[in-house]
Amino acid sequence: MEVQKTALYNYHKNLGAKFVPFAGYEMPIQYKDGIVKEHISTRTHAGFFDVSHMGQFFLEGDETLTESLEKIIPADLKNLKVNHSKYSFLLNNEGGIIDDLIITRTEKGFCIILNAACKENDIKQISQFLKKNHKHFLNNDLSLIALQGPKSVEILEKLIPGVDNLKFMTGSNFEYEGEKLYVTRSGYTGEDGFEISISNTKVVKLIDYLISNEVKPIGLGARDTLRLEAGLCLYGHDLNEKINPVEANLKWAIAKKRKEVGGFNGWEKIKNLLANGSEKIRVGIKPDGKVIARENTKIFSSDNNEIGFVTSGTFGPSVNAPVAMGYVKSEFSEIGTSIQLEVRGKKYGGKISELPFYKKSYVK
Amino acid sequence: MSEKKFSKKHEWVSLEGDVATVGITKHATEMLGDIVFVEVPDAGKAVEKEGQAAVVESTKAASDVYSPISGEVTEGNKAIADDPGSVNSDPEGASWFFKLKIKDKGEYDTLMSKDEYDKFCKENPS
Repeated sequence: MEVQKTALYNYHKNLGAKFVPFAGYEMPIQYKDGIVKEHISTRTHAGFFDVSHMGQFFLEGDETLTESLEKIIPADLKNLKVNHSKYSFLLNNEGGIIDDLIITRTEKGFCIILNAACKENDIKQISQFLKKNHKHFLNNDLSLIALQGPKSVEILEKLIPGVDNLKFMTGSNFEYEGEKLYVTRSGYTGEDGFEISISNTKVVKLIDYLISNEVKPIGLGARDTLRLEAGLCLYGHDLNEKINPVEANLKWAIAKKRKEVGGFNGWEKIKNLLANGSEKIRVGIKPDGKVIARENTKIFSSDNNEIGFVTSGTFGPSVNAPVAMGYVKSEFSEIGTSIQLEVRGKKYGGKISELPFYKKSYVK
Repeated sequence: MSEKKFSKKHEWVSLEGDVATVGITKHATEMLGDIVFVEVPDAGKAVEKEGQAAVVESTKAASDVYSPISGEVTEGNKAIADDPGSVNSDPEGASWFFKLKIKDKGEYDTLMSKDEYDKFCKENPS
């Protein structure tokens, strides 16, 4: 398959981006400043992320569309109001996570933001549940820009008056340059911020404005350190088809009503797990020293039994220490439990830690 | 101290008598990005030419540091293990990785000069 590029590819190039192949796209991993500076400037000012590789999947239909989607998504879509968003997932028959996503109710139906690497399969999986009168399309004419950081609201409000009024996980249509765009107050960094769905023809103008307000471009590298500090999962690493939401410590994302009534893929399995707990569970991990426990690092108990593995690990610039997430046998998941991490054949001490590592500041 | 010599794996060596000082090049730090973890060898460790001797990690990935020259480690630079970021600021000065007592000065002589190394980096961008 040919490598794909977002509408901002040349713009990134001019900003000095270093590119890497990611989910079939050529994406910036970092710019001139490097990961740590990009990370810090997002936390202290604001940064923008080109996440146009993610799928913007639109569905239109009557109430039967809601019923169809609820068979594969365990959110309470019936009671989801227009312009409100939920974090949820697509589940397979075993309750495994096919993808994690943000779903927003629109006037005509729903919009789902899908991970780039999963989007084709996701659409296939969702389509199985759709009826003839349900329309669906992946909109490749739209870019998606995440603007994240404490100054985001002040900066965007000047350009698009009204975004200030959005509460976390809600969105609205706005006018910009004579076109409609859709803005949600959301993100994946642990900071206040927005995701802006804007036509490929207008996105450069928006970025010009952000840069003139000292918003730094942020690559995939800092996106990863930011989301990990915020305790958020990365699909394909912390989540996959063999992991269910209970194991992933994401049962909060299954709607209360859906937990009681079920009616979605993998419900029998998940009902049982909700009642009895899972054998392994996702936890936060803090190595004691400076050693970085990266993905696939083996985790041992203090008495040297193998109890799990790391799924994401890096240095957290705002925590100023290494941070990681992984799966351990549930009896070792209590906060503060001493563990050992095997890095390059040597065992280093660490502790099960609370998530997030970095305190959020969402506007509710 | 002798002139610095350079390896294809982006380490530098300087020589004082039979004690070599080894570090990673500025070019290497630019490729690695922000350095957040360093592991240096303990005194007494025997290293072979092109054998793994230390570890350097950036926010992106872990990399091995190889010794461009054989010998016995006399000192690892604990200061950079405590402050890994210092490798980014002064890689070819205060932020050396380890010193070792060498066996064969011939190994040093075969390494690249500064000019040769700069040319090598230009021809092998990565």
